[in-house]
Amino acid sequence: MALTYDDIGRIAHLARLELNPEQSERMLTRLNDFFGIVETMCAVDTQGVEPLPHPYAAIQDVALRLRDDVASEPDAREANQRSAPAVEDGLYLVPRVVE
Amino acid sequence: MSDLHDLTVAQLATKLKAREVSAVEAAHHFLARAKEHASLGAFLAQDEAVTLAQARAADARLARGDASPLLGVPVAHKDVFVTADFSTTAGSRMLQGYRSPFESTVTRKLSDSGMVCLGKLNCDEFAMGSANETSAYGQVRNPWDTTRVPGGSSGGSAAALAARLTPAATGTDTGGSIRQPSSFCNLTGIKPTYGRASRFGLIAYASSLDQAGPMARTAEDCALLLSALCGPDLDRDSTSLDVPAEDFSRALNDRLDGLRIGVPKEFISDGLAPDVRAAVDAALAELQKLGARLVEISLPRTELSIPVYYILSPAEASSNLARFDGVTFGHRAKDYTDLEDMYKKTRGEGFGDEVKRRIMTGTYVLSHGYYDAYYLQAQKVRRMIADDLQRAFQQCDVIAGPVAPTVARCIGECADDPLADYLADIYTLSASLAGLPAMSVPAGFGAHGMPVGLQLIGNYLQESKLLNVAHQLQQATDFHLRAPKGF
Repeated sequence: MALTYDDIGRIAHLARLELNPEQSERMLTRLNDFFGIVETMCAVDTQGVEPLPHPYAAIQDVALRLRDDVASEPDAREANQRSAPAVEDGLYLVPRVVE
Repeated sequence: MSDLHDLTVAQLATKLKAREVSAVEAAHHFLARAKEHASLGAFLAQDEAVTLAQARAADARLARGDASPLLGVPVAHKDVFVTADFSTTAGSRMLQGYRSPFESTVTRKLSDSGMVCLGKLNCDEFAMGSANETSAYGQVRNPWDTTRVPGGSSGGSAAALAARLTPAATGTDTGGSIRQPSSFCNLTGIKPTYGRASRFGLIAYASSLDQAGPMARTAEDCALLLSALCGPDLDRDSTSLDVPAEDFSRALNDRLDGLRIGVPKEFISDGLAPDVRAAVDAALAELQKLGARLVEISLPRTELSIPVYYILSPAEASSNLARFDGVTFGHRAKDYTDLEDMYKKTRGEGFGDEVKRRIMTGTYVLSHGYYDAYYLQAQKVRRMIADDLQRAFQQCDVIAGPVAPTVARCIGECADDPLADYLADIYTLSASLAGLPAMSVPAGFGAHGMPVGLQLIGNYLQESKLLNVAHQLQQATDFHLRAPKGF
């Protein structure tokens, strides 16, 4: 099923990406070209096959490793905010969302 | 000291230990070469003061008799490893000028081993690309022919190594991004088993596939680097393997008698260029002379690896790149009406076309109503591909074949057809999807005098076997010693 121009708008919104009309046109063509080759994969009979989310799971059971829920990093606020777009009094400045 | 740049890592380390050259002299030499060949576009960030300070520290350790094998040897890092002393951009406008507050585990381990950082190397934006054509900071050129691409996404690493601007470099491989540029630039590069090298501090593209690894000119050098950068990082990387660090040089000199090399019949297909096939066949024949036995094997789902990879990696990328919203770091659009408008404009301005395309693909395949048909199906076929490889390893010890169907193409050749680049990843993707170690080793030269690599794929944790095969091939051939004219 080919994507439509409306689909591109919907996906761009979900991805929070602004695309101009020319970019949307190009995206539509490229994605439809790509999904052409995906059809072969969709046609594979995978009945009874377990998904492989982690490559090592191909040979052994893999459980997500968790660490204790304790703070392990020192306070590095100044270093962390060095690359922030806008900071004031040690706080991140973000756009106003409630008028 | 004009020949310093022709030395391998191992040779340079020997000279440093013998105090025939100092780390500061070596650093000066390579910094000067980077300036001289800046038109290649390989480096994105350098800081002479930082590099020389590290070199002085290495010299002090050498003076104390420290015998660390890599002490004082220069290295440069792909710009997806965050570093505290150099900016990190991942080749994206989104991160222009970004300075990480912390150091990635891989770069820290190499730094702890005494390597001297020459700077950060250009790459495809967020490691998405096969030609280094998607970097926001310009094209990297292949020193073997500057009208051609160096491969990607670790293209800056490959170009810098091939041009002798650094004796060693780091790269990352998600779908072939160490192996393919190594092949295109006559280098030796290895992607270890997924989980062997920490992903902490590696700007994520596709988390279940990304893996860091070394690139150099010889297998011996790759073994030295791999020994330094691998190892468990259990507290910082939940996907790090709990497998002890090891000496990857230990098996380099083992003989190949009786080694079974599996050659997948699907890798020798119609799409393989005759010049690449000839070089690969010649390398395989050389391995036979060394005592290995060739076995025909089948990887029947090789072609399916392309759609599977190009569904799964964008899905993970769309999630990983959600953090680039202009709030806490990175680029932020100047004009916007509200928060959502700021997100959209920031991301619209900050990401390049290829990154947007993959985010869109990923968002679509994970969206309501399509998840099962695309994402879940791809994960199931991924298991079938991994199972095929395990079956193959019952018949052989190592799998060998081409890295890419052709030699490096000309710059801009696929500008209107990104799908062509996707299809050219056909030989590298299976090992990536299965998380297997794989490498590229120089195998000769093809059309236009461009390098051709031989791909070697091993079973899980069999890196030292791959390095053994590559090293033995390099003892019998001299392709890896050849340098591009003018460098």
